[in-house]
Amino acid sequence: MSITAQNVTKRFGDFVALDNVTVECPAGALVALLGPSGGGKTTLLRIIAGLEVPDSGTVLFRDDDISKRSARDRNVGFVFQHYALFRHMTVFENVAFGLRVRKWPEQKVRDRVKELLHLVRLEEKAAQYPANLSGGQKQRIALVRALAPEPKVLLLDEPFGALDAKVRAELRDWLRRFHDELHVTSIFVTHDQEEAFEVADRVVVLNKGRIEQQGMPIEVFEHPANEFVMDFLGNVNKLPVRVEGGRALLGETGTVELPAKLFGNGASGRTDAYIRPHELDISRTADGGNCMLGRIVHINPAGSVVKVRLLAEDFGLMINVDVTPDRYKALALKPNETVYVTPKSAKIFESDYSI
Amino acid sequence: MRSAELKTEDSELPTGNGTNSSSVPRLAFRGPRSQDPAWVRFGLTALALVAMTVLVVIPVISVFYEALAEGLGTYWTNLTGDPDTRHSVLLTLAVAPLAVICNVVFGIAAAWAIARFNFRGRTLLVTLIDVPFSVSPVVAGLMFVLLFGLQGALGPWLRANGFQVLFTVPGLVLATTFVTLPFVARELIPVMEAIGPDEELAALSLGANGRQIFWRITLPNIKWGLLYGVILCNARAMGEFGAVYVVSGRIAGETCTMPLQVEVLFQDFNSPAAFALASVLTMLAVVTLLLKVWVEGRVRGQRAEKSHG
Repeated sequence: MSITAQNVTKRFGDFVALDNVTVECPAGALVALLGPSGGGKTTLLRIIAGLEVPDSGTVLFRDDDISKRSARDRNVGFVFQHYALFRHMTVFENVAFGLRVRKWPEQKVRDRVKELLHLVRLEEKAAQYPANLSGGQKQRIALVRALAPEPKVLLLDEPFGALDAKVRAELRDWLRRFHDELHVTSIFVTHDQEEAFEVADRVVVLNKGRIEQQGMPIEVFEHPANEFVMDFLGNVNKLPVRVEGGRALLGETGTVELPAKLFGNGASGRTDAYIRPHELDISRTADGGNCMLGRIVHINPAGSVVKVRLLAEDFGLMINVDVTPDRYKALALKPNETVYVTPKSAKIFESDYSI
Repeated sequence: MRSAELKTEDSELPTGNGTNSSSVPRLAFRGPRSQDPAWVRFGLTALALVAMTVLVVIPVISVFYEALAEGLGTYWTNLTGDPDTRHSVLLTLAVAPLAVICNVVFGIAAAWAIARFNFRGRTLLVTLIDVPFSVSPVVAGLMFVLLFGLQGALGPWLRANGFQVLFTVPGLVLATTFVTLPFVARELIPVMEAIGPDEELAALSLGANGRQIFWRITLPNIKWGLLYGVILCNARAMGEFGAVYVVSGRIAGETCTMPLQVEVLFQDFNSPAAFALASVLTMLAVVTLLLKVWVEGRVRGQRAEKSHG
């Protein structure tokens, strides 16, 4: 079932949590609401669940306007950031709660709870209380509790926020597989861009109550709509440039031209250019000429790419470059060496200098 | 910056046991106390014991001593022989629970409103709940006399419609409820604030209605705090004198509760009977105290469980 939030606005006093936000989630998709804290992600999720009432705007499940319906009647599974397990009930009773209030017959309740606990491999914890579970176990119980009454929509608020890195990574993979099996339309909130890109079919970037961009992860990553998205997705070099005569030049003297697509005609001024670490190349010689000198400050060879950190002394800039392990070996890079850095592509956003 | 933070944490927790937060104050406390000179420790302990003996132990013993001075038989006759005394015991055992019930309903409603909603006048409500603590019970009683008396604001109208509040049991319940109003609400507000709304919201999104949420989620979570409030409220309700004195009219056999009857008997120079009845009140207080200690243990246990979870 598809979910649409249309022109949703929500204020808390003077604070605008959501400013005319429209989000669409296709049926069966796993969507990430991504953004910094205070960006309005959780508020939007709670509005979709009916736990919060918007000042204006509508929420549609498929084509039904459910804005006026209580959270109770929306048939939404909601997983809270801090799990919100019922502390005075056993794991079994927690999972059974949604079925008992719906007056399922006892035998069906037992079968369904057993099936769900089996699904998350926590059958042996059925008689335990939430206080005796680990964070990862609580999270899984919270998830199957939400899924027990067979909701049409699953909403997760920072599902892995309170867990340590290793458990986080495991649960992330598990959520993806889980979703692929169940095909419940799901939305989850996260401030971790890696998590969003790794798990989601679709990413919605929210900041200060507005949508900065939404689309497939690859679209968002390769074509960030604006500076905020570019910056938020992380791992990007932000370099101050002058725009002159249709060229973007680095630094005051302008010896290095950045290969960026420019907007407008003949406009000139100062702005920032964005270059991802893999869009820079390191070499021992200045063949092309369009390069800057950098002194290697730090090399991190752990990982699938070698991360090199350089100081471009001419411009006073710290620059991060990713090189392949093969290239790293061929160049035999060492700290404190001076090498040439060539930008292969760069991105400049129109709004910054066209005014 | 990061390492500096870690260092201060270490110095506060020499055991390195970061999960048990209660160990911090205990460790901080044990050091200086054991260094105090012996005469300070013994002096303070002795002072506390003397004060307790003079103010609590001797008076309580003397109540029972006076009550039983003429033997168990007389004691029993004093308690059961006088129909007014018998009535006063039954009256207190009716008025106190009724006041407690009113307070449970009000306390849960007020705590729920204050802990779950942010509305205009919330701070005012929190302050108003405490008014009965600061107003003298006699003044509270007079307030009701002014309100429900024949010259009062509501008295004539109620009288015309066949209701009388002053000098009746409803008046006693009303005055007692007013005086004990803060007990349940005061106890529940911090409990409900600590628990937070998430479990209730989770139940709502799982399809529970208001009644199911209250009985299955809210009430089980607050039950020990509620019971603690009820015990305190009940103790105060049974012993209430000032407000009840004013609104009751002290009609023996009709509106005299136990504390009022003790005073009536005492004024009649019937000391043995007054002390006999007082000893019953004292025994009720001791039972309450034991219950309170037991519930306190449960409340603490529940809080510890929560902080670990």
